[in-house]
Amino acid sequence: MGKIAVKVDDLTVAYNYKPVLWDIDLEIPEGVLMAIVGPNGAGKSTLIKSILGILKPIAGSVSIYGKSYEKQRSLVAYVPQKGSVDWDFPTTALDVVMMGTYGSLGWIKRPKQKEKKAALEALEKVGMLAFKHRQISQLSGGQQQRIFLARALVQNASIYFMDEPFQGVDATTEIAIINILKELRKAGKTVIVVHHDLQTVPEYFDWVTFLNVKKIATGPVKDIFNDDNLTKTYGINYKVSIQE
Amino acid sequence: MDLQEYFSLVFTDYTLRTITLGTAILGAVCGMLGSFAVLRKQSLLGDAISHAALPGIAIAFLITGAKDSNVLLIGALVSGLIGTFWIRGIISRTHLKSDTALGLILSIFFGFGMLLLTFIQKQPNANQAGLDKYLFGQAATLVESDVWLMAIVTGACLIVLLLFWKEFKILLFDADYTKTLGFNTKFIDILITVFIVLAIVLGLQTVGVVLMSAMLLAPAAAARQWTNSLGVMVFLAALFGAFAGVFGTAVSASQNNLSTGPVIVIVAGVFVLFSFIFSPSRGLLFKQIRFIKNRRDLQLHKTLAFMYHIAETHDDITHPHAVKILNNFQGFTRGTLQKLVTKNYVILIGNQWSLTQEGFKTAANLYNQQTSNNE
Repeated sequence: MGKIAVKVDDLTVAYNYKPVLWDIDLEIPEGVLMAIVGPNGAGKSTLIKSILGILKPIAGSVSIYGKSYEKQRSLVAYVPQKGSVDWDFPTTALDVVMMGTYGSLGWIKRPKQKEKKAALEALEKVGMLAFKHRQISQLSGGQQQRIFLARALVQNASIYFMDEPFQGVDATTEIAIINILKELRKAGKTVIVVHHDLQTVPEYFDWVTFLNVKKIATGPVKDIFNDDNLTKTYGINYKVSIQE
Repeated sequence: MDLQEYFSLVFTDYTLRTITLGTAILGAVCGMLGSFAVLRKQSLLGDAISHAALPGIAIAFLITGAKDSNVLLIGALVSGLIGTFWIRGIISRTHLKSDTALGLILSIFFGFGMLLLTFIQKQPNANQAGLDKYLFGQAATLVESDVWLMAIVTGACLIVLLLFWKEFKILLFDADYTKTLGFNTKFIDILITVFIVLAIVLGLQTVGVVLMSAMLLAPAAAARQWTNSLGVMVFLAALFGAFAGVFGTAVSASQNNLSTGPVIVIVAGVFVLFSFIFSPSRGLLFKQIRFIKNRRDLQLHKTLAFMYHIAETHDDITHPHAVKILNNFQGFTRGTLQKLVTKNYVILIGNQWSLTQEGFKTAANLYNQQTSNNE
């Protein structure tokens, strides 16, 4: 493996008294497609949000390619959970995807033809070009998820963080999304996905992190995705037959 | 004075012109900012802020002893801002939810304000009369300098809106994502909030503490019904707000002694009601009509499909069948049969129906049509 894309040191996060994440050390190599798995309340979303600076950790530090997140912002794109926004907001699919260009535009400057073109290309990549003028509430759950993905693609980042992109989408959308993620990896990007469906981990991902408040294990799927780690993470004797 | 007289006088009569301009500008700026409050699901924030402004007015009067409206409004602004930041503090530092925080600040500040007002009224100061106009508003007391102040704030608000349009929009839609892009969300947030507080404080003299939140919410709620674009929504809300201001003033001026603030709010309320019912895409009326029409179409199609399956079993598709067979089919009514006849899909002879060629063809393609229509 080459360079380290994301490095997390001694990260501890708490909302109240009980820590949500405890002393996390994590190194994510460049170019992996990584799943973060763990039970509900394991701190998976919290981990992503802390890396992205949305949440302020109690202790610890995060670096992106050796520098602080603030300095490397342009290298990182984020796909939040679909349910985190109000889809009845008065705007169109294209408009949401355009938001992905706002970061590089900076304050006050408005998106122009160039940004629009980039947004249209991203819409095409996720197969949503025909819906560009659709009001976002009139999109299905899977389509909304693709719009979020397109918004991140527009950012043209090196590292992608995605919070449960497969939640509530149908099989067709799931395949479409995973194909895009695999393409990203092929292009040398690093993709980090909070994932719930253990059955699909070996098929979709090449790297995995087990998380349950503490980091249980991290590494290549073929080496560490086993009953032992699953049991340690989920607390019950995990005897699912996970086929390759 | 009747309405006609009002509109002929509004351009020449100083008082009428001042009041009308004032309420129109106030309505516009409240409508614009109200859109943001509604979309952030902070509708009640306006109510809390306006109530929280009351003690500021009383304290400003107690300190200066004068009734200069600008001084009192500065007092209102300060206490409104304090109320707002306390609300935010309560939400972020305790387990209390925003509705609780809003309710607490609203009632405690308002209670304190009322206490101060009654205290002031007991003072042997001839100047104290008239402070209670801030409770329900008194548009008649607007003077030209008040209107100028409103115009300046509205102008500043417009400039800020245009400059930071993109930032406002993305913050309203997805605050966390905005943060990851490197925008200072706290700054954008405070900018919006400060302007909302400013607009509310400006409206206190005209509409009053108690009704002010309606000025903020009603035009925005009405505007949301007519559009799916944020820009159009903000524009429409400003327009509705301004119209409510003008109509409200017109009605209250033409009907003797009707208080202007409440009339403006009622007019805005009528806009909301009208929009809820008659907006083409989101309105209740057209929604219901579409719903009924869809049901009828589906019933028609289902009956036709049922007939198609029977006719399919015969070599001659126009082979007549007894109407009685249809009684076994749940979606069937005599009305749907009549409609199928008028559409030339079915021929009815006595108690026997038979499918026409056209009806057969239509029925054969029904399912495909149904799915392609939904695309």
